[in-house]
Amino acid sequence: MSAVPASSAAHDDILAVSGLTMRFGGIVAINDLSFTARRGEISALIGPNGAGKTTVFNCITGFYKPTSGDIRLTHSDGKSYVLQSLNDFRICKVAKVARTFQNIRLFPGLTALENLMVAQHNALMRASGFTLMGLLGMPGWRTAEKAAIDLSSYWLERIGLFDRADEAAGNLPYGDQRRLEIARAMCTEPALLCLDEPAAGLNARESGELNELLLSIRDDRGASILLIEHDMSVVMEISDHVTVLDYGVKIAGGTPQQVRDDPKVIAAYLGTDEETALAVMEGDA
Amino acid sequence: MGNERTPPGFAAALKKASLSAFVALILFSLMVGVRTEAGPTGQLIYWTRFGELAGLVSAVFAGSLILELLRSWFGPLDTGKFIPAAADGPLKLAQRFFPLALLIFTLIFPVIFYEKRYILDLGILVLTYVMLGWGLNVVVGLAGLLDLGYVAFYAVGAYSYALLATTFGLSFWICLPLAGILAAFWGVLLGFPVLRLKGDYLAIVTLAFGEIIRLVLINWQTLTGGPNGITGIPRPSFFGIPLTPGDDGFAARFGLEFSPTHRVVFLYYLILALALLTNWVTIRLRGLPIGRAWEAMREDEVACRALGINITTTKLTAFATGAMFGGFAGAFFATRQGFISPESFTFHESALVLAIVVLGGMGSQLGVALAALVMIGGFELFRDFEQYRMLVFGLAMVVLMVWRPRGLVGHREATVFLHHRTEISAELSREGRG
Amino acid sequence: MAYFSQQLINGVVLGSIYGLIAIGYTMVYGIVGMINFAHGDIFMIGGFVALITFLILVSIGLTFVPVILLLVLLVAMAMTALYGWSVERIAYRPLRHSFRLAPMLSAIGMSFALSNFAQVAQGARVKPVPPIVTGGYTLFERSGFAVQLSNIQIIVVITTLVLLALFTYLVSRTRLGRDMRACEQDQTMAALLGVDVDRTISMTFVIGAALAAVAGMMYLLYYGLVDFFMGFVAGIKAFTAAVLGGIGSLPGAMLGGLSIGLIETMWSAYFSVEYKDVAAFSILIVVLIFLPTGLLGRPEVEKV
Ligand SMILES: Nc1ncnc2c1ncn2[C@@H]1O[C@H](COP(=O)(O)OP(=O)(O)OP(=O)(O)O)[C@@H](O)[C@H]1O
Ligand SMILES: [Mg+2]
Repeated sequence: MSAVPASSAAHDDILAVSGLTMRFGGIVAINDLSFTARRGEISALIGPNGAGKTTVFNCITGFYKPTSGDIRLTHSDGKSYVLQSLNDFRICKVAKVARTFQNIRLFPGLTALENLMVAQHNALMRASGFTLMGLLGMPGWRTAEKAAIDLSSYWLERIGLFDRADEAAGNLPYGDQRRLEIARAMCTEPALLCLDEPAAGLNARESGELNELLLSIRDDRGASILLIEHDMSVVMEISDHVTVLDYGVKIAGGTPQQVRDDPKVIAAYLGTDEETALAVMEGDA
Repeated sequence: MGNERTPPGFAAALKKASLSAFVALILFSLMVGVRTEAGPTGQLIYWTRFGELAGLVSAVFAGSLILELLRSWFGPLDTGKFIPAAADGPLKLAQRFFPLALLIFTLIFPVIFYEKRYILDLGILVLTYVMLGWGLNVVVGLAGLLDLGYVAFYAVGAYSYALLATTFGLSFWICLPLAGILAAFWGVLLGFPVLRLKGDYLAIVTLAFGEIIRLVLINWQTLTGGPNGITGIPRPSFFGIPLTPGDDGFAARFGLEFSPTHRVVFLYYLILALALLTNWVTIRLRGLPIGRAWEAMREDEVACRALGINITTTKLTAFATGAMFGGFAGAFFATRQGFISPESFTFHESALVLAIVVLGGMGSQLGVALAALVMIGGFELFRDFEQYRMLVFGLAMVVLMVWRPRGLVGHREATVFLHHRTEISAELSREGRG
Repeated sequence: MAYFSQQLINGVVLGSIYGLIAIGYTMVYGIVGMINFAHGDIFMIGGFVALITFLILVSIGLTFVPVILLLVLLVAMAMTALYGWSVERIAYRPLRHSFRLAPMLSAIGMSFALSNFAQVAQGARVKPVPPIVTGGYTLFERSGFAVQLSNIQIIVVITTLVLLALFTYLVSRTRLGRDMRACEQDQTMAALLGVDVDRTISMTFVIGAALAAVAGMMYLLYYGLVDFFMGFVAGIKAFTAAVLGGIGSLPGAMLGGLSIGLIETMWSAYFSVEYKDVAAFSILIVVLIFLPTGLLGRPEVEKV
């Protein structure tokens, strides 16, 4: 269980969650949860429905204030942020954590391109001299806008939506919307990207493409990814580290293989019938 | 009435019309059939008006019958049916040039109607509402925040100008920006308490805010003159040259014969310039991060927060910008009228401007302008039926909303594009929950 | 103390009237999620219908006050209910699944139309009626100030209480009430389970309008006058009350009504009459800053 990759010196932790507890009235959605995510890796958070995964994301990204616990994010330059005491928009703006949502939250009435431009709000806001220079059409603003459009085009190309850049996001097919939401999050230039079930509702081909996209985000962009996923083929194939949650409690953690072979996980994840569980999981992987 | 499909036919229509007439008979039996009035001794008396009642009920019957027959012949109303697909291309082209043609027309409007004082005044009135509509459009159409008290900022602008000009003798051109700034300040003041409010809570608070401002204007007699308002507000000068018959007046300076129309034409161009400024600024803002954040906030506030957008400042700037334009319009109103009183700033005005924005098609600049023209122009048509004006206006609002819930211009134009300019159907846009 | 007690009584009576109107707002909001802006004018129509019925009854020689009151009440409730029903059919039903602002503006239009209709049909002048219910009790006297409780005040409060009890029974115990609550939760699901959604919504408007008619009649009895403009002022007060209490919540509507009534009377009594409405609106704003969904409203949890 304690097998840590030998290269741990190079990979420090970008996110450290410790003792996180979230209560909703009587419901304890997360109970004293601690886990870490390493820089430059894809960390997965898995667990059965209602285990509290999305709640963990909501705590990390400031949509919920945790009942107790500490969420610390450390940039590669050593700067560290205590996320639970940051305002929600600052978590993206300052601490550079971006996220997607389990049920896609694009801006349906804006075009794909506009969606990506909105994501560059803070950079563009500065470039437009907080609107004043932009209003007067200063050259500095023009170049910044051009650069923003270029970055958007780059991401549109990466997700294969370049040709549909000017279509309303709400009109795109489901799989495209999922990828557009990831691209939008990437346009904020995050240090940590949190994806809530990005493969949900995708077919096998799309899911394969998603794997490639995520791997390339990790390798080319150097972004760290925290991933919630039910689709085991995605989890097994691309994640470097897996944390398993059940009823708000961490029940296992380790490499995909370690987790897959852990009887506790199997029991929790697919019911108590361990044999069927094992068979299904091996078949999937 | 109703959604249920009825078999087409005269009998069915007749049945429905009879039902409507019956309901109308009950509804109007007391309210129309009996007329009350305080008699000479103060005692209430009443008399019957069965003739009017019968007329009204027959009118309902006939109207309902015609409507039902039309419906059974043509099916449900659908504008798409009346425009053949072949006309789409030229229509698009016409659409492209329409705003330009409209602009040219408004520019030469005073030349065409120089002799017709009434039409010129009407033009000024329409433009004032175009400006107000464009101002409120920032708040409601772009940012998706419901504001039922927009008239408050109009009032703040008007009273700011009136008070500054009458007490300190400041000129219109100094007061105009001040009025805008003061209104924007009040916009922020309103913005703070409503930051966390959604939907109908926002609606009532903005409405309450508008009423508070109006009530204070009525009751703070020493400052605002109370219900009597403020008189003798200086009229605008042509950049320092008064538009008066005197020797140093505009006409004398430019070697023209004095005519009161000069001032009207000047006012016309003044409000046109202000309205165009509003339009220009709004269009520019839409292409800037702040404007895009407004629209994104309308679409999904949660997603905005996740993208690092500060919702507080985004909301406040929307309120402030909309309020500022309202303030400008208010200052113009004050200088044009020369007299203001709280009566001009009732909820009715807020509702009218909101109706213009919604009928225009939320967020569409052209739509708002057209809606202002339709509403104010239509309103003027009923000038001679002063008594029935609100009745007709109210029913027209109902009919227009039922006919086009998404407004006249049902699409938004993308603010930036890679390949081609696109228009997005308003059906996709969210309306904002704020 | 005596003065305060008197104001308390006046405030509760006024609050009862606001509460009755506020229930109409809250019911409609609960089910169709829209502000029925025309509701204040429905209340005004209720007042007019009550007035006209009363005049006719008196002129045909009826003198026994309880019978007159009962008949006026029944006619006003029935006829105003029909107004509520018609308004829903004409202005709201076609916009049921449309976007949010369209029904709101349609409602505002309806409100303008109704008040202008009353103005045209019955004239713009205030319609005074002689006091119908007179007399009352002096509760106690302290330092030269007599605390009065008039019969009409008793009638207003008792009527309100009885109606509230009836109404609570209706919502919690009857088939209609169950349908209403089902529609409130999820219209599609309710329809699938055999609830006639159209009918339920119509009934909501009918009941709301009937309660507004009662409020209109009480207003007529209490203040002895009606005019075409009273719908607007009372309407936004009641709407304020509904929101203050937490829109969608029935006890909230009554609580909000009482609060607004008390704030208004107390402010007039101790500070200034001119600013009583300003006070009511300001308190609304302050309350909403701290409780964004009103006093008894369910806090809205945004599921992310
Ligand atoms: N705002 C909230 N109020 C009350 N309870 C909540 C709230 N958010 C989440 N919960 C509860 O917390 C628990 C965990 O929910 P969560 O959405 O985090 O699960 P999940 O692991 O993401 O499940 P799924 O795989 O279905 O997405 C559930 O019981 C849920 O009902
Ligand atoms: Mg989840």
